Amino acid sequence: MRILRDLFRDYRFAFSFCALCALLLLALSSVFAPDDPTLWAVVPRDLKPSAQHWLGTSSKGQDVFWQATFAVRNSLIISLIAGIVSRVIAVLIGMVAGYKGRGTDRVLMFISDSLLVIPLFLIIVLLAMLVRDIMNLVTLGLLLAFFGWAWDARVIRSQILSLREREFTQTAILSGTSTLPLVLKEYMPFATPLIFSTLINNMSWAIGMEITLAILGLVNLDIPTLGTMLQWAISYQAMLLGYWWWLLTPIVLAVLLFVALYWLSVSISEYLDPRTRVQRVGAR
Amino acid sequence: MTFVKRYLIPRLIQYFLVIFLGITAVFFIPRLTPSDPVSRTIAQLTAMGSFLDPASMDAFIEDLTEMYGLGGSMFQQYGAFWLRLFRGDFGVSFFQFPTPVSKLIGTALPWTASLLLVTTFLSWTIGNIVGGLAGYFSRRHWSRVLDTVAMIIRPLPYYIFAFALLVLLAYVIRWFPVSGGTDIGRKVAFNWPFIKDVLRHSFLPALSLVVLGAAVNFQTMKLIVQNVNAENFVQYAKLGGVKEERIVSRYVIRNALLPQVTGLALSFGQIFSGALITEIVFSYPGLGTLLYNAIITGDYNLIMGITLLSIVAITTAILIIDLLYPLVDPRVRYI
Repeated sequence: MRILRDLFRDYRFAFSFCALCALLLLALSSVFAPDDPTLWAVVPRDLKPSAQHWLGTSSKGQDVFWQATFAVRNSLIISLIAGIVSRVIAVLIGMVAGYKGRGTDRVLMFISDSLLVIPLFLIIVLLAMLVRDIMNLVTLGLLLAFFGWAWDARVIRSQILSLREREFTQTAILSGTSTLPLVLKEYMPFATPLIFSTLINNMSWAIGMEITLAILGLVNLDIPTLGTMLQWAISYQAMLLGYWWWLLTPIVLAVLLFVALYWLSVSISEYLDPRTRVQRVGAR
Repeated sequence: MTFVKRYLIPRLIQYFLVIFLGITAVFFIPRLTPSDPVSRTIAQLTAMGSFLDPASMDAFIEDLTEMYGLGGSMFQQYGAFWLRLFRGDFGVSFFQFPTPVSKLIGTALPWTASLLLVTTFLSWTIGNIVGGLAGYFSRRHWSRVLDTVAMIIRPLPYYIFAFALLVLLAYVIRWFPVSGGTDIGRKVAFNWPFIKDVLRHSFLPALSLVVLGAAVNFQTMKLIVQNVNAENFVQYAKLGGVKEERIVSRYVIRNALLPQVTGLALSFGQIFSGALITEIVFSYPGLGTLLYNAIITGDYNLIMGITLLSIVAITTAILIIDLLYPLVDPRVRYI
């Protein structure tokens, strides 16, 4: 409880916590949606926001508010799949590279460096192009997961490198702890906050990438996500026709989501770093 | 000589290895996926309504197989692929048949290169100078305001930010043209109206890249400067009565710049991807828009050409930044 109270003193944490709760609530309320989100022409088209249609309706004949609930939900699902799977890869590679060192370390870090250096966006586009026919929430999440681990593996590796030099590692090894329990029991607690903050950043990257791929038409446009919602609004010229409610809804939601995720990660990692915590909440 | 042996040669080996792996990946990716580019292309063409009799269809399939380099065993294909690359032959574009891919890329490249060069330079310089000052004077009011602004801009992806700028500055307040690199029908010429037109069209894409890039540089630089600021030598310089401007420029910022050079090299691939995305938003006539059109029309050869060229260009740019590193860091002379 005290941790939470300390965290809430940071306006950024308070904001992102509330914003994420609101977005989560919005995503959950998709259960109450009156219509299937993939159906067209279920409500009158191009209506302004009113009491009946809170955020108006689109040119596809869909209620923008209920579309938005599905969009937020699906974008979050994609980003969670991408984030969690790539975390598993990043943790494995970072820990093996950091703990084994030498040749293994060099090879693994070379791979992750190559991934960092190469314009990944193009490779993802190339791949997405080829698997376009089987693209859905899960395949998109996995595709992004496969490319999203490089930087975080580096971060985790450097943490493990410093842990390996500490005395308790020697104590554990000398008292007969084998490698796996050592890594899982002794190192995991140190790495967990790091993994968590990289997870948030990675989720944010995945949502952004999904939006970009959707604009390029490389995802399944029938599944409502923040990206496909924006894509439909743009392709129906919502900007020129002045349907601001249709165009602004995905943009505002996306901006809110990005800012909230970023602020959450910043405020948590600042809190976890003892030097910045002292500056903010005072020494105890 | 130690510089060559201890730094240059391993770095060059790494450079060639990355290019080799990248290009190999581009070769294998389409071959590992179930879909066959030849039948895909034919399916797309028939979907568009063109009809071919069986005999010419067979000839067409043969042509395509040859064009995509799909004849022979996997190993032969791989060899032929490299041979073609060394000749600078990326095949012909499919939907602007029979223009060679290299020619299409050649016309688009100067636009992207100049946009990228200018914006990377500006965002790096502006971000670091402002970030350095804000880090040094981190308790001032303006520093905090800037910090909050950067905190809001930083997490936005290129697409959303560029699109928001487009809506705001080109539709709501009509200050800038909505799309394109020049007015429609304007001939390329080196006179003032043409240059002015290009600048006016590239202002918004450049602005969105500079602002986003500067926000990132601003934040990292501010953090580094705050840490350097707490170092003993800075305290000592202050106590010793060294002028404040001198401390900021010579002691603090100079020291803090080093990780920023490394950071630039590491993030250059992402900056490049961002530039492509931004070009798509503004229909700026560079590689990004070319890529967009290639995706829309399913021009696989063109996408592959852009990807291959980008891998080489980006890794080379990063190699150059890395080799320039000794210039900024007098401690690393590699002698």
